[in-house]
Amino acid sequence: MIDNAIKRKDLLGMDDLTVDEIEAVLETAEKLKEVSQRDIKKVPTLRGKTIINLFFEPSTRTRTSFELAAKRMSADAINISASASSVVKGETLIDTAMNLEAMNPDAVVIRHPSPGAPHIISRLLKSSVVNAGDGAHEHPTQALLDLMTVKEKKKRLSGLQVVIVGDITHSRVARSNIIGFKKSGAKVRVVGAPTLIPYGIENMGVQVSYDLKESIKDADVIMMLRIQRERQEGALLPSLREYSIRYGLDMEKLEDAPKDVIILHPGPLNRGVEISPEVADSPYSLILNQVSNGLAVRMAIFYHLLGGKE
Amino acid sequence: MKERKYVILNERDVKRTITRLSHEIIEKNKGTDGIILLGIPTRGRFLAKRVRDCIMEIEGVKVPTGAIDATLYRDDISRKDEQPPLKEMDIPENIDDKKIILFDDVLFTGRTIRAAMDVIMDFGRPMFIQLAVLVDRGHRELPIKADFIGKNLPTSLKEEVKVSLKECDGKDEVVIRETF
Repeated sequence: MIDNAIKRKDLLGMDDLTVDEIEAVLETAEKLKEVSQRDIKKVPTLRGKTIINLFFEPSTRTRTSFELAAKRMSADAINISASASSVVKGETLIDTAMNLEAMNPDAVVIRHPSPGAPHIISRLLKSSVVNAGDGAHEHPTQALLDLMTVKEKKKRLSGLQVVIVGDITHSRVARSNIIGFKKSGAKVRVVGAPTLIPYGIENMGVQVSYDLKESIKDADVIMMLRIQRERQEGALLPSLREYSIRYGLDMEKLEDAPKDVIILHPGPLNRGVEISPEVADSPYSLILNQVSNGLAVRMAIFYHLLGGKE
Repeated sequence: MKERKYVILNERDVKRTITRLSHEIIEKNKGTDGIILLGIPTRGRFLAKRVRDCIMEIEGVKVPTGAIDATLYRDDISRKDEQPPLKEMDIPENIDDKKIILFDDVLFTGRTIRAAMDVIMDFGRPMFIQLAVLVDRGHRELPIKADFIGKNLPTSLKEEVKVSLKECDGKDEVVIRETF
């Protein structure tokens, strides 16, 4: 039993969380999964709380997940997307945040293309701030749901070999997961084209490999990342076709991996680019479990951040 | 700080009490038809399981038994410094039109029972809910009363009632403790 719940106001990154806090969230999330399986998918825990989802980048999965999580805990959720807000009229991030604060929300969930944006507003707001992705920096709830999905299947995190494949440089999912898995005692290896592996990544305590087939021979977990076309400025890849041949996961490359390997992907999938449809739909794939667990993890985060009073 | 401690029920007393509660439950409900036992974790759940085993011995019927965690329905959730950990939920079958017997170790303010009843109502419409507790220590803050009581124990608010069960505490015992 984890008795020290979370006392912080904000969830900004995996970097801030202690191992105990991570375990507390996972344990709560595991219990909260049951709520989504009821006929009445709602508990009164956060009645009267207001949660604002402030999204400056397109998102369906994450935004829906946060909104549903709030609603299943009985909080009121409001979504604001940049394209439909005063941002298009030239309002700054800080002004937007201060105006929202004046309406007394209890939490602001923010996704922003600039790393550190949630950190800035967390210092200005009394309400809790949850980072739903800031540029190529962090995406903590994604890492927590990945940890939960792996733990659910493998019954442990410590000692597992995790292989993260794809565009490591531009991936906040990779960064948060490296931190989360390392803290939980797993070994992490990153794999990708040399142009997509950032210089100095070894300092995060990970192995680097450029050969997908070779690198997954001892993998317990393979995490495929989406090739982010929107973040590919410049010619980092000769072509998607070449990338797919060398770094796309298909049944042939999977042959040498252990039989009990599990495959994760944060979505949205580029079928036929980083992952073949056969692999995505195979029994190894836990992609849809990730989505269900994401909802539970976000409910758990709201539970821990919004319940307590300083 | 000094402490005074009295043992109210020892191991044999606890066993006898659970046997009596089992008989009372069967008697009042004229058998075991439609009964579901739901315990509030941690100790209420073990009590429910023991009563189930006892009813099995008496009537030869295995009554469906589960757990119901009321944490998410508490009324003090935003007044605490940090959130209590969630416990297990296990509703063994559809509860519509069933006779629910709710178990807790100690009945005190009644607030946990209120929360637990709200959880049950979110899962369906039982025929009725009855409440069974090992100890009723008084000091109700809500109009709630138990149908089956192991031990009526008038207490002062300075006293603490502690139920220990073998499953989680290594021994069966009810003690009352006063620090002064």
